[in-house]
This record gives sequence, structure tokens and C-alpha cells, in this order.
Amino acid sequence: MSGAIVPGRQGGWQTFFQLFNIACVGTLLAMLLLDRSPAQGWLYWAITGAFWLLAWDINASLSSGRSPFAAAAGWLVPLIFGGTLLVLWEAVCIGAAVPTVLLPAPSLIAAKVAASTPTLWADFVQTVIRAAIPGWMMGCLAGFLLALACDRFDFLRRGLIPIGNFVSALPMIGIAPILVMWFGFDWQSKAAVVVVMTFFPMLVNTLAGLASAGHLERDLMRSYGASWFRALVSLRLPAAMPFIFNALKINATLAMIGAIVAEFFGTPVVGMGFRISTEVGRMALDMVWATIAVAGVAGSAFYGLLVLAERAVTFWHPSMRTG
Amino acid sequence: MSAASSAHVGAPAGRDGSAIPVLVITALILAAWYAACLPMNSNLPQLQNAAGDLMARYQIAWALERPVLPAPHQIVVELYNATIGTSLFRQTADGMVPNPRNLSFHAWVTLSATLLGFVIGSVLGIAIAVGIVHSRTLSKSLMPWVIVSQTIPILAIAPIIIVALGSVGLTGLVPKSIISAYLCFFPVTIGMVKGLTSPDTMQLDLMRTYNGSAAQTFWKLRWPAAMPFLFASLKVAITISLVGAIVGELPTGAQAGLGARLLSGSYFGQTIQIWAALFYAAVLAALLVVTITAAERATLRAMGARP
Repeated sequence: MSGAIVPGRQGGWQTFFQLFNIACVGTLLAMLLLDRSPAQGWLYWAITGAFWLLAWDINASLSSGRSPFAAAAGWLVPLIFGGTLLVLWEAVCIGAAVPTVLLPAPSLIAAKVAASTPTLWADFVQTVIRAAIPGWMMGCLAGFLLALACDRFDFLRRGLIPIGNFVSALPMIGIAPILVMWFGFDWQSKAAVVVVMTFFPMLVNTLAGLASAGHLERDLMRSYGASWFRALVSLRLPAAMPFIFNALKINATLAMIGAIVAEFFGTPVVGMGFRISTEVGRMALDMVWATIAVAGVAGSAFYGLLVLAERAVTFWHPSMRTG
Repeated sequence: MSAASSAHVGAPAGRDGSAIPVLVITALILAAWYAACLPMNSNLPQLQNAAGDLMARYQIAWALERPVLPAPHQIVVELYNATIGTSLFRQTADGMVPNPRNLSFHAWVTLSATLLGFVIGSVLGIAIAVGIVHSRTLSKSLMPWVIVSQTIPILAIAPIIIVALGSVGLTGLVPKSIISAYLCFFPVTIGMVKGLTSPDTMQLDLMRTYNGSAAQTFWKLRWPAAMPFLFASLKVAITISLVGAIVGELPTGAQAGLGARLLSGSYFGQTIQIWAALFYAAVLAALLVVTITAAERATLRAMGARP
């Protein structure tokens, strides 16, 4: 920088002051929070409020695109927002002495996660690795293959689309007690629930995607004399990719939900759903929240990987444009 | 307009021709179901001891008391008995009260939570979407967390919500509706953000050329453009709102509701009762989606869309 002030671009000083302010207020708040016997007077809430306002201000200037750190705003802004929410959660829980049954403070949950890592890991393996992910793969693959078959044979498509539309609107989770009876208490029944839940969204979305290629492009394929398979691979599958990834993402959350809720209907003494339902019964809400934190991290990682894959595959789609 | 929304539910059945393919496929599924009744139930004592030819064994398999897989007609009979065949109210010392043996009573309990949750969730979802579209800071801060909020299996939080709200004295309808609302705000937010940002640069530039205010741009361009997206989202939202209400009844051992029927059926091995509750929920879901589809058609027609 030559020292000239670029119009509309904020100087380093402003950023410095923002950081300095939030550091001061943050330190104050942290001291109050670590003390654990907060003065619940107006000063405590004023500091909490100031912290929130300062954090919001930083986010506002970051996302305005004029900050020196604007390049990092994409991941910095939500990070600051989430961090602020955590701090406020902690501050409100301690300051207002919220009962643990209602809402435990994040620090309590983190302590519980650290204290019972082996249990949480065993639950994670049972529910996510054994039930959710295999079920998700099988359900998505089966839905995709049937969609291709429907596309090839028009009679099948015309028969199955209305049924698929109907079934994908049903509360499929209700099938969980039946599948638990059929496949036993262990992970097989949970995987089966996930298969049933993920199958129809994939079928319906893939069919919608295969129908989404434009008439012009399809006519071009026809004038090239392309076979069904050739047109599928070169035109219609790529055009269907946004829909397929949509279904994969929907199904990722459905798979987690299905695997956990199926455990409410009977399970061996391990698994996230089992943990949640038993610990709720014992009013050990910190353990429930710890399990949910694990589930949240696992679900987000699952989803995040799919988003990355989607960006790599459907970079051409208008929804991927920024700005 | 190809809204890459989730499941395009409720598409008209008869659009590409006749209903024959649907009927044929349905008949095939039913036939497979009836055929599967014998192998699925063959481990039950009634069938292990049964002598006779295949037809005789099938007749036993289709009329079992507590089968592993009931025959479709058994479910229909149970549905009939539990709805039309049972009185909706019964006489007690306190006068007429809803009869818990009637499945429609349970369905109403679940439906009321579903509808309340759907309204709360949709309004919340639209509000968040409007905020996200209009505030850059909000968009950048909130949007990733809206998505993260869904990757957390929300239904797993259902027990917590019920216990936490129960500890402050809220029981029954409200906690279930909150679970439903939490579930169904997401598709509405995502769909509406897509819909409200769907007008392209040319159209937005035109509004600017006309010197349209932000409010005018919203009401005359963004909101109408978002309508197809809104209804696609609402159809998804109403069905998962129903799921939320049903699951909300599971963890606390609720006394009434379709979820309670599922749970008690699974405790006592009453498979036919489970299937009947499931079918009732399916009919309910279908009716809800049909209602939204009708509202969609009416709205889009009023806006001048050609069917």
C-alpha cells in the first residue's frame, strides 16, 4: 500500500480497534464466566450485550466486502457468529442460572463429551458407521438404479412416479417398529429403516433430474443419432446431478434421523438413540446433549463432504455462482 | 421452472396418460405382499404345526392373530373397525369424552400438533429467508448455521424438547408442535431463499430502472417469483411436520396420538395395530399434500400461470 486511502475501503485502524474492543470485552466476560458466581446485575448483562454488538459489528464489516480480511469472510463470518452464539448461550445459562434440565451450558456439555468419550465413540460406531452409512448407500443406490430402470421402460415410470411421489410424502419413520420386529434389535434393522427412508427421495429426485435436460439439448442428441445409453451418460445424467446431489443431501440427514429414531423402538445397549432415550429417562440431560453434539458434528461432516463433492461435480449449475 | 427442490410430491397422477400403469404396478405390489405373507410368517407356531397343501397354509397365513406380516385386507379391516366401527365418543362419569379406542381420535391429536407446527415453522422459515435475502451480514452468518441445524438429527432432540418444556409446565400439544416447527422451517427457508433470489439480473435491473423501492421490488418481483418455490417447500414441510408430530409422541410414552399407537403396538406385538396406524398416517399425509397442491394450483392460476 502506498499510503493513499482507497475510497470505500476501510483502513487497518478500524479493524484494529474492533479487535481491540472485542478482546477487552471478551476478557471481561471470560473472567466473569470462569468465576461461575457472576454478579447478575446490569453490568454483567451490559458486558454480554456489548460483546454481542461488537461481534455483530465485526461480522457486518467483514461481510460488507470492504474489510482487509474480506477474502476469508466466507468461513470467518459464520464461525464468529457461531462462536458468539456459544458465548451468549454460556453467559445466559450462568447469568440467569438456567436449570440444567432446561438447558445445560456449553461448557458442561463439553466436559461431559471429554469425560465419556469411549461411550460416545461406541454409540457413534453403532449408529453411524454400522447403521446410517450402509443404509444410506444401499437406499440411494437402489433408488438410483430403479430410477434408471423407470427411465428406460416408460410403463414402469408411469406406474411408479405417482406411487413414488405418494410414498415419499409418507411418514416412513413409522415403519421402524415393524422393521425392528423383522430384523431384530441390532444394527441390521436400523440400516433397513434407513434404506426404506432414503429409497424414495432418491427415486423421485433422480427421475425429476433425468427429465430436466432441455429440449434443445435432447434434440441435438437425437440428431447425432445417440443411443439411449449415450444420451444418458453424456447429457441427462450430468443434467440430473443437481437433483441427485439434492437427494443425497436430504438422505444424509434422513439417514441419521432414521438410524437414531429406530433405536427408540428397541436396541442393544449401545447406540445414539438408545443413549438419548435412556439418559432422558434418568434426567441426565448433559449426556443427552453430549450425544446430540456428536450427532451434530457427524451429520455436519457427512453433509459437508457431500457439498464438497457437489461443488466438484455441478460447478456449471447457476446455483453455484456467487455474488 | 425446475425448482431443484426435494421430492416433488403430489404431482398429478394422470398427467401422462392413463391410470393403467399405476393400477398394474399397485396390483403387482399387492400380489407380492400377499405372496410374501406365508414365507414371512412361516416361523410362527400356527404355521409350523399346520398340515395341508399350500392353499390351506396360505389361508392360515392370511388370518393370523399377530402375524409378522399381516395381509393387506387384515389391515383394512382393522382400520375400519378402529375408525368407523368404533364410536368416536364414549360415556363416562364426566360425560362424553373422546374414545381412545378410536383411531381417528389419535389421528386428530397428531394432526392438531402437525398443523400448529406447520404454521409456526412456515412463518419462521419465510421470515428467516426474507432476512437472509435482505441482509448480507445475516446471509453470511446465518445461512451456514441454518444448514448445520438440519444436519443435526433434529428428531433426536425431540426428547429434550419435551422434557425441557415439560419442566416449565408445557406439555401435550405445544412441545410436539415445536418439534414439527423446527423440522419444517428448514425446507421453507431453503426454498424461499432460492425463490426470492430467483429473479435474474435483468429483472432486478428493470426494477432499478423504474426506481422501485426495496419493498416494491420485494412485493412486485421477488415474492411472486418465489411462489412456485414456496409451494414446493410447503409440500415437503407439511409431510415432515407430520413426521415430527409422530416422533414427538415416541420418547415420552404419550397416551394419545398415532405415534403412541405405534409405540404401544410395538411393545405388545400388535402388528396389525401398527400397520393400521401407519396406513392412517399415510392417508393423513396424502390428504395434507393434496390440500397444499390445491392451494398451489389456485394461487398459480390466480397469478396467471398456465396449467
